[in-house]
Amino acid sequence: MSDIIFVRDHIEPALPPPSRASGVFLWAKRNLFSSVTSTLVTILAVVFLFWIIPPLYGFLIGNAVFTDPEGLRGQACRFEGVGACWIMIKGRWNFILYGFFPSSEIWRINLMFVIAIILLIPMLVPRMPFTRTAALLFFLAFPVVAFILMAGGVFGLTPVPSSQWGGLTLTLIISVIGITVSMPLGILLALGRQSKLPIIKAFCVGFIEVWRAVPLITVLFMASVMFPLFMPQGVNPDTLLRAIIGICLFESAYMAEVVRGGLQAMPRGQYEAADALGLSKFKSLGLVILPQALKHVIPGIVNTFIALFKDTSLVTIIGLFDLLNTVRAVARDVNWSSPTGDVTGYIFAGFVFWIFCFGMSRYSIYMEKRLHTGHKR
Amino acid sequence: MTALDVRERREPSSTSILNDPKFRGLIYQALLLIAVVAMFWWLANNAATNLARQNKSTGFSFLGDSAGFEIGFTLLPYSRASSYFQVYLIGITNTLLVAAVGIILATMLGFLLGVARLSKNFLIRSGATIYVEAIRNTPLLLQLFFWYFLGLNALPSVRQSILLPGSIVLNQRGLSFPTPVFDDKFIWVALVGVLAIIASFVWRRLALKRAEETGHRRPVWLPILGFLIVPVVLVYLISGTHVTFDAPTLQGFNYRGGFTAPPELAALTLGLVVYTAAFIAEIVRAGIQSVSYGQTEAAEALGLRERDRLRLVVVPQALRVIIPPLTSQYLNLTKNSSLGAAIGFPELVSVFVGTALNQSGRAVEIIGLAMLVYLTISLLTSIFMNWYNARVALVER
Repeated sequence: MSDIIFVRDHIEPALPPPSRASGVFLWAKRNLFSSVTSTLVTILAVVFLFWIIPPLYGFLIGNAVFTDPEGLRGQACRFEGVGACWIMIKGRWNFILYGFFPSSEIWRINLMFVIAIILLIPMLVPRMPFTRTAALLFFLAFPVVAFILMAGGVFGLTPVPSSQWGGLTLTLIISVIGITVSMPLGILLALGRQSKLPIIKAFCVGFIEVWRAVPLITVLFMASVMFPLFMPQGVNPDTLLRAIIGICLFESAYMAEVVRGGLQAMPRGQYEAADALGLSKFKSLGLVILPQALKHVIPGIVNTFIALFKDTSLVTIIGLFDLLNTVRAVARDVNWSSPTGDVTGYIFAGFVFWIFCFGMSRYSIYMEKRLHTGHKR
Repeated sequence: MTALDVRERREPSSTSILNDPKFRGLIYQALLLIAVVAMFWWLANNAATNLARQNKSTGFSFLGDSAGFEIGFTLLPYSRASSYFQVYLIGITNTLLVAAVGIILATMLGFLLGVARLSKNFLIRSGATIYVEAIRNTPLLLQLFFWYFLGLNALPSVRQSILLPGSIVLNQRGLSFPTPVFDDKFIWVALVGVLAIIASFVWRRLALKRAEETGHRRPVWLPILGFLIVPVVLVYLISGTHVTFDAPTLQGFNYRGGFTAPPELAALTLGLVVYTAAFIAEIVRAGIQSVSYGQTEAAEALGLRERDRLRLVVVPQALRVIIPPLTSQYLNLTKNSSLGAAIGFPELVSVFVGTALNQSGRAVEIIGLAMLVYLTISLLTSIFMNWYNARVALVER
């Protein structure tokens, strides 16, 4: 044995990784300073952040008015350099949520929301029991219950005319009705558009194209101005109902185009396979074609829902008090007006709309992944 | 015999005529037709009764009547005495103005944001993502109110106007900038300019054709610059025309002269651009991501330069995915410009469907005319789309 051979008799401790090849440094190198241009852009972006963040912080938090111990209302926000007037939102919270609904009856709206949430949870959360029962109750029984709770007039409930409905409640009512009506209507129109029967096809194409060509605001103007003209004398549904009808028909045309995309993506073999099994037309649509076609276009469907939810704000223009219009009304209220009242209201309403829309889009991504069965091309 | 059996089985058709798909189809169609005709007849009948009861006449003769109201912003000459038809035209031009400016700016911002969403730089990437998620998930009307309010309050009064270089003036009354004034000799310059543009298109096409046939590239852009600039400058100098500028100047309490974009126009354009750009950004991002990385690698393998790789391989394939949804965003922008009615910009819906309808009471005619405009725009867009789709459709095997 020569003693040139060296045998290590213990394990060396591991060296730390090279400082610039992992962790924060590597990340920064790759994501912030990968090239000269990137470095310049990073510097510009940081300068921009330093320029934008302090005033933004000052407006939203630093100089904002959060408390009103002396009960000054709008007065508390009327000073130089005031930030957001959050006490306005807090002070008119009930109005923003429930509109002109009599305060003694607000429990009815709350009850309606509680029922809706109880029914929606089994429908939206996968692997919950009673999905089917909840869906049936939500689409068949809940509308009746909700209408009774909102309008009153039976079972000793004080009647509340729809002109007193408002706030976030109204926005949600219009969107939920819009979504539940436009979805089946859109599916029917899309099927009609694919039909081989010429008159049905022509009718559906005409309907879809005309509604899609005009702006929603024209539809709402039509609903508020022209609708009475086309009704027999004495029949005069209230503005809210007319607006809802307009929105439903309008959005169903968009929904139809989305569903058509899904139907067109279906390979012919699926139709033929359903025929070969001897399924009737309706069964083959309901059991084979539609479940797959609708799954294909979940993103499109949810986009239409989001668009509908945002579009409900247009009823402001025909004088209904939805969320947007209530915050505008609050900001113009003599007791609450302040230099930053409008902007505070818009930021708040924008944030509420954002939560709902963003929530819907995240949920759609989640559903898409869950329903993904590996057939996607 | 088996053959006989088959024939015998065929003969008596025990199925009722109601189960015959053809007959059923006819029935369904007849029912739909009857329902639609009956509904329209019912609506028309109601309208006729109501109009007769209110002693209202119908027809388009009112278009010649004097409208009798002012319009805040017009591109065409207009006064109180002008007719309803002129109101209609002004509504259309204002709508088209907003749409055109909005489409150009939204496309630029949208492409920038779409590329930014794929940037390697973290700050740019997340900044673009925040922008897109915040803007797409809030209603346009709310954003318009926000910009309009901010514009009216953040901008200075006339006395404290912000003066920008080039005689551009910014204050609460809007953005005023100088407009060029041409004398009658300028027509020659314009004519030569048009000819130069045509000539450069022809040159480009010839050069490309030659490059495809022989493989020899001829310079394209330098000659085109020569085509465009040299003759135009020469004619400008020779003809001795003068282009003067009508700049806004302070006279009394207001700036006069030049062109003033009122705050309503600015807020509407800004709102539409900011909103639509977020949607365009997503379309652009999806378009670029739809071109598989193998295409870039293949182009590299062919030895194409980075510029040509983008120009000849990636962009044409991405555009095929981008253009159809992009056109529908343009259409959306045009339709959304009708929200100008909410902040008082005199576009078609606000000035014609709003004011003119209230004054004349011709609801059916006016809404019909307004819908005609939107239907025409929508139809033209879809014709373009079909033409484009046919042009760029993949030709497979």
